[in-house]
Amino acid sequence: MLYREAGQFKTSYSADQGIFPILQDRIGMAIILAVAFVAVPMVASDYFLSTIFIPFLVFSVAAIGLNILTGYCGQLSLGTGGFMACGAYAAYKFATAFPELNIVIVFLLSGGISAAVGVVFGVPSLRIKGFYLAVATLASQFFLIWLFTKVPWFVNYSPSGVISAPPRAVFGWYVTGIEATAEAKYLFCLTFVAVLALVAKNLVRGRIGRAWMAIRDMDIAAEIIGIRPLQTKLLAFAVSSFYCGVAGALWAFIYTSSVEALAFDINRSFQILFMIIIGGLGSILGAFLGAAFIVLLPIFLSAVPQAMGVPVTTSTLAHLEFMIFGGLIVFFLIVEPHGLARLWQLGKEKLRLWPFPH
Amino acid sequence: MGRAHIARTIGDTLLKVENVSLGFGGVKALTDVSFDIAKGEIRAIIGPNGAGKSSMLNCINGFYQPSQGSISYKGVVRGAMRPYEAARGGIARTFQNIALFKGMSTLDNIMTGRLLKMKRGFFWQCLHWGPAQAEEIEHRETVERVIDFLEIQAIRKTPVGRLPYGLQKRVELGRALAAEPELLLLDEPMAGMNLEEKEDMCRFILDVNEQFGTTIALIEHDMGVVMDISDRVVVLEYGRKIADGTPDTVKADPKVIAAYLGTGHG
Repeated sequence: MLYREAGQFKTSYSADQGIFPILQDRIGMAIILAVAFVAVPMVASDYFLSTIFIPFLVFSVAAIGLNILTGYCGQLSLGTGGFMACGAYAAYKFATAFPELNIVIVFLLSGGISAAVGVVFGVPSLRIKGFYLAVATLASQFFLIWLFTKVPWFVNYSPSGVISAPPRAVFGWYVTGIEATAEAKYLFCLTFVAVLALVAKNLVRGRIGRAWMAIRDMDIAAEIIGIRPLQTKLLAFAVSSFYCGVAGALWAFIYTSSVEALAFDINRSFQILFMIIIGGLGSILGAFLGAAFIVLLPIFLSAVPQAMGVPVTTSTLAHLEFMIFGGLIVFFLIVEPHGLARLWQLGKEKLRLWPFPH
Repeated sequence: MGRAHIARTIGDTLLKVENVSLGFGGVKALTDVSFDIAKGEIRAIIGPNGAGKSSMLNCINGFYQPSQGSISYKGVVRGAMRPYEAARGGIARTFQNIALFKGMSTLDNIMTGRLLKMKRGFFWQCLHWGPAQAEEIEHRETVERVIDFLEIQAIRKTPVGRLPYGLQKRVELGRALAAEPELLLLDEPMAGMNLEEKEDMCRFILDVNEQFGTTIALIEHDMGVVMDISDRVVVLEYGRKIADGTPDTVKADPKVIAAYLGTGHG
């Protein structure tokens, strides 16, 4: 009822092309940002911040990355974990080789390294599509993880192969290492996520995003209107891998505080693919919804039976999780390939007309 | 008949096809075809099914490479090229089976037609502000003119997958027009349309030609339409050219009549 756009007239193209053309959406976004930046760090406990909010933010970045490649450009990839590992190890190498370098720059540089690696593994996409491309990116997943486990240079010759993230500060506040508080880590992550999400949204609603979607929807027609397929696809691989690389660096430095290759194995790639399928292919909002869903579902599953007094063992919970994920993925692929984001959009459209059906 | 009464300037040769042959393995799709397209005219390519009409268009916009012969565009003989290079040279086209970007809105589909004209680089695209936004709005204005021209204002924000067939064809024409081409290739623009939709489409084609001076090469099966709107007609049969000339000459040509109706035996 409150969600109406009646009376909101757009008098310029710039107003019509804004990210949130409807006033209520702008207010909603401002509230969400205020809550995320002010209320959450004040209210939430350290435990909640470091086990729910931080992983949610890190996953969101990775999901945006994969969504750019798969959801917007239509190139199926199973190499997300590999590119995240790339970012994590690059960040470790940069941070230890140049201790003076600001951690923000370290993260951006490691995203850059990841982007370069992504471009290399994206070259086959000119020739192969769909499942075959997925298998080709699978090669990158296994190769990169193998490389990071086998070559001791990447872990600075640490005998265990597991290394901890060095402490680094931004404006005098520690954001990585033991001294960093959960609030500082959370706010640092959140700032990264907010900026990266805005950049992603800007890219997909402009010239570059339209070129990606044209390649996704019909590559032959895209080429005939003058889009160069190779450059466009490689740009998608680069941007996507940049996001995944930054996500990997955030994961290792902020979330787990340790860099280990196992965290980025093939399961991670699938997990992020599930996020964008459930959240919504080709939607930035979908990346957030999917990430929230996958982070929250296990917590929800363990909390609800407890609250109802039903004893459920941990192994049953793990199995339940698999079953629910499996069922939901099949459901979304069949019923709503555009995921939660599409359901949200449909809900809004209904609300705009409510109480009339048309 | 004909459109001689309308004052238009039909100028020099824009595109010249010389002795083009195209084969796929043992199948000869085109054999030794030569014709030209003059600047500003509407040129029809007709012929029975499988005559090689679409293959001819595919050669012109770089989708196929002729195995023999040459194509010169604006007086320059072209080498082997990719379709996006033809697009950069000012050749746009529509398809027999609609080739729209299904997941995008009408507006975005037509905006893709402006992609080649948009120059702001990656950095500005990330910000989507300042010069990038100004450029976006400038091209939006052009696109809105195309939308007005084709009378599709009401479906601006509708995903094209949801539109009926006739409107999809119109959006596809819009996407080609947004690129402001010098040569517009239309592959069966009226296939599967009812009379009213056909009349609309004819009007758009004629208006494009007259108002923007766009040269048009079209393939069409509806002989009434072809004979009414085109300046000159090429007739292909089994990959060979059997006639070329004004609609009236072509219609009277015994070879054309034979190709379409069959020859009498006896």
